[in-house]
Amino acid sequence: MDLIMQTLTKNSFVTALAVTGLVMLFSQMLSKYLTKGKLQSSAIAITLGLIAAYFAGLYTTGSKGVSDIEIFSGFALLGGAMLRDLAISSTAFEVDVKEIKSAGKIGMIALLLGCVIPFVVGAAVAWTLGYRDAVSMTTIGAGAMTYIVGPITGTAIGASSEVIALSIAIGLIKAVFFMISTPLLAKFMRLKSPRSAMIFGGLVGTTSGVAAGLAGTDVRLVPYGALVATFYTGLGALLGPSVFFLTVNAFF
Amino acid sequence: MIIYGTALLAVCYLLGVYLGGLLGQILGVDANIGGVAIAMVLLIVGKEMLAKKGLLPKSTQFGVLYWAGMYIPIVVAMAAGQNVVAALSGGLVAAIVSIIALTATVIVVRWLNNMADDYDTFTWDEETPTLDQLS
Repeated sequence: MDLIMQTLTKNSFVTALAVTGLVMLFSQMLSKYLTKGKLQSSAIAITLGLIAAYFAGLYTTGSKGVSDIEIFSGFALLGGAMLRDLAISSTAFEVDVKEIKSAGKIGMIALLLGCVIPFVVGAAVAWTLGYRDAVSMTTIGAGAMTYIVGPITGTAIGASSEVIALSIAIGLIKAVFFMISTPLLAKFMRLKSPRSAMIFGGLVGTTSGVAAGLAGTDVRLVPYGALVATFYTGLGALLGPSVFFLTVNAFF
Repeated sequence: MIIYGTALLAVCYLLGVYLGGLLGQILGVDANIGGVAIAMVLLIVGKEMLAKKGLLPKSTQFGVLYWAGMYIPIVVAMAAGQNVVAALSGGLVAAIVSIIALTATVIVVRWLNNMADDYDTFTWDEETPTLDQLS
């Protein structure tokens, strides 16, 4: 038994590949027999992953889901930003350039609206809940963009660590929400074509949410959504501590 | 050779992420701006160029497409590595802000997509995309 554990731990990346394969197989069976194929297996697998991450987080009190458990430490590499972004890039290989060109303009509008709307709503709700100083409002609003923009903005304008933690939590909720609910809301959001995926990517922005949400909806949409969404965090981090903060500061 | 395709992807990726980081630095932001998108554009350009010269045999393509096919498993692994506990520990304030901000976002996605208006007319190309077959 010790030797088995040792083998799995020492080869943690390979272990992660094997476990992920098993999870995909299990999800495919659930999709087929439980939902009669209505819910895509990838959407189920992503949800299972999040559930596992939740219990792993409770058990280890770490911040990296199952990868904080030693034998699953390979998940940190397999599911980390490096391989995720490499895989996202590779999906461009099959992209239809015409679709991107024709949706470029509306994609940019979506990107800008995608930054402004959650920020304004987030900051306004923060105000009604009693966070009435410009710094806290801006940080919470930035957290409603992504869990990366929140702390970048908060740190830049000197928010308290409590407010920064709050902005991270809000951003994480957004990512988890879109990972699980995009396939379920796809019809409501009119998400079907490359153009709609670009609009979705711009408005939602949070890379993990877009990446997993589109994977669970229709994997062909992934490159289109990702193409726009990868500008989101950078744009948010650009606007948050500057234009957005100065605007809020002028009013409050 | 398969590695040619993978190396093409890797070089495009590295260049893109570097340029995205450079863009962030120029604008004074502590974040990568569109690095992956630049990588994607480079890959598309690289593919077209090689294909025109006839330098893109099946095996080279496979070196890129393998990673495209690994996309979903990688995203599943990413989900398993998320800090879900922290997401759920933000308390009532985080919940209220999120519910309202997310509702607004979802509604605007629907609204913009209705304006773009190709939900009923759009169909995927006849030649089945490889991405779909691989995953």
